[in-house]
Amino acid sequence: MLGLEKKDFNLLMVVVALSLFAPLILNIFPKESAFAFFNGGYPDLMQRFAIFGIFAIGFNILFGLTGYLSFGHAAFLGVGSYAAVWMFKLLGYNVLPGLILSVVVAGLLSVVIGFVSLRRSGIYFSILTLAFAQMMYSIAYSDLFGRWLGITLTNGETGLQVYNNDPQILMGPDSSTVPHIFGLEMSSRLTLPVGPWEFVFPVGYYFCAIFLVISFYLSIRIFRSPFGLMLRAVKSNNQRMTYTGLNPRPYTLAAFIISGMYAGLAGGLLASMDPLAGAERMYWTESGAVVIMTVLGGVGTLIGPVLGAGTIKYMENIISKMNEKLLHEWFSFLPESLEKAMVWSASWFTGEGWHMTQGVVFMLVIIFLPGGLVQGSNKLFGRRKRKSTDDAATKQPAE
Amino acid sequence: MSEFILQILNGLDKGSAYALIALGLTLIFGTLGVVNFAHGALFMIGAFCSVTLSRILNASYVTIDPTQKDFLGNPLKVKSSYMESWFGPEVGGAITDWSVPLAILFSIPIMIVVGIAMERGLIKHFYKRPHADQILVTFGLAIILQELVRGFYGANPIQTPAPEALSSVAQLGGSLGLEIVYPAWRMVYFFFSLAVIGGVFAFLRFTTFGMVVRAGMADRETVGLMGINIDRRFTVMFAIAAVVAGWAGVMYAPINAPNYHMGMDFLVLSFVVVVVGGMGSLPGAVAAGFLLGILESFASWERFKIFDGLDQIIIYLVAIIILLTRPRGLMGKKGVMED
Repeated sequence: MLGLEKKDFNLLMVVVALSLFAPLILNIFPKESAFAFFNGGYPDLMQRFAIFGIFAIGFNILFGLTGYLSFGHAAFLGVGSYAAVWMFKLLGYNVLPGLILSVVVAGLLSVVIGFVSLRRSGIYFSILTLAFAQMMYSIAYSDLFGRWLGITLTNGETGLQVYNNDPQILMGPDSSTVPHIFGLEMSSRLTLPVGPWEFVFPVGYYFCAIFLVISFYLSIRIFRSPFGLMLRAVKSNNQRMTYTGLNPRPYTLAAFIISGMYAGLAGGLLASMDPLAGAERMYWTESGAVVIMTVLGGVGTLIGPVLGAGTIKYMENIISKMNEKLLHEWFSFLPESLEKAMVWSASWFTGEGWHMTQGVVFMLVIIFLPGGLVQGSNKLFGRRKRKSTDDAATKQPAE
Repeated sequence: MSEFILQILNGLDKGSAYALIALGLTLIFGTLGVVNFAHGALFMIGAFCSVTLSRILNASYVTIDPTQKDFLGNPLKVKSSYMESWFGPEVGGAITDWSVPLAILFSIPIMIVVGIAMERGLIKHFYKRPHADQILVTFGLAIILQELVRGFYGANPIQTPAPEALSSVAQLGGSLGLEIVYPAWRMVYFFFSLAVIGGVFAFLRFTTFGMVVRAGMADRETVGLMGINIDRRFTVMFAIAAVVAGWAGVMYAPINAPNYHMGMDFLVLSFVVVVVGGMGSLPGAVAAGFLLGILESFASWERFKIFDGLDQIIIYLVAIIILLTRPRGLMGKKGVMED
């Protein structure tokens, strides 16, 4: 169906179901219960799941298929955000022009960066993309082009936002003053109280989720296409591919541009949810974050990046919300000295220490589970045997 | 003319830091073949060695002096430092004043322990893994080290003054008829880094140990076949690289107040330096470090300014141009990382 094999179609349906029922699944604990803290079903977080899912899916098309590790993908995300906010400033709050422009601009930028960076491979490629991204960050942070042209382009440290005196030429007198799609405001939501539960269905989230499903579908098609096969050939043996008379560069460049456009779309969506864009979105540790998401989920797998992005964003939100007062409450059943010790050691990993948890999780995954969560669950559910026979069949190249 | 020289001098201190970090990175890469993203963290740990030692040396206790009264009529609390009470005011004062140079000694055991723990505990297991895995696992380690430092020292930069005798400004070039005013500590930093770089090169060039290491860098397998335990020597080289990065940080503390993310900030630039110099080439790393430092300083010179903010992107621009025209970097060797 939809040009997919049955297995892939089922996977797509899983993603559709998950994103459709996310507000229910993520609000599994009743509102007043002790575990309500772990509910992730508030609009802001769910939007991030979808947006960073898109970002990671795109990154996986490059890293998972071709093996080229880009350390500069945050640049595309940031550029996408800036482009979208500029559309809000010039045209009005309808998100559609902004999203289109953000994808186009990120695509153009990735043509330039990809064309230059892909002349090298391996660690050189990583460092070239890193250098480009840091350059873009510096340019945005000090609004270099803006100062050069004598206008405000990125608004430097403050970040770009929409002001009252912006032209917004498509804005009618009664148009809404928050991002919307043909009048349907992104921030509007439907709240549904069911007994002790309270479910929130935000418009913005579902808008992002539609894009997530489309992105996921496209990525399945790419993975299963002859083009995807070429990209895998780049990863497994670049040299042999060249010897068979194929030029790998157009393929890798295409993959780079596609993943850049995914990142641009994610950036545009970020700006559509909250019409702001700042340079800190482009800092190189942000590029590292998307690598972490993809690796955590499982590089080169279809569902992995979505899982990884969801896990990381959930952990980031929940763990950084845990403060010392809460920890004291949780450990209050212990004797006092033990309680203090527990709170002290837990406070390293919670609240502001969230980055510590991130680093630890990340290292553990790389060391013990290089295939990410997908590999882990395969091991857990005993699909390993079938998998390994599969691998044996595919991994035996004709020498 | 004097302005011109001042620009060069301005570039030297940052260039020295780049050169020292890039030297360590190249050593690790050349010996172990590992791309170490946690090297910036070693630089930061070095800087915090300075902070720690100066805190230890400035430790003081409070005594109540009943003979004196403060303005509220309470007995006056007198703070006196342990150093001064143990060694007398003059020697004790000198020791606290010279805490940063003393931290050079203080940092050696710390950096060696950290370096060996890192190599034996983690990086050893990643020799045979792809470079992407090495990058990612050391990136994770860098985050953890950075968070540990933030946990202990807080997020704000910590001022760590240089010794008073060296924190003044130096008048240079008087005999040449030039008026150059330049902070003395930055000159110290430059000469210190020259000495360290010279020391590392001499160690590799003139000692038997260095000879074996160089042989191992060229052909690890053959050296192993001769019955030499090359792994242990490479571990020692990792420790040396850690000490070099640590020293770069120790002495940098007075120039730029240490904060927990300084390692990450320097790391990206150091990688660019390594690549520009040529992956695996020690002289290349040092030369590129100084070159890019000076270039950065010239780009910020008013008279030279082509457009605003050029100094912030010049290094990346130059790196991109060099990598495209000379793919192996300035002094890169053939066959290093070319797969």
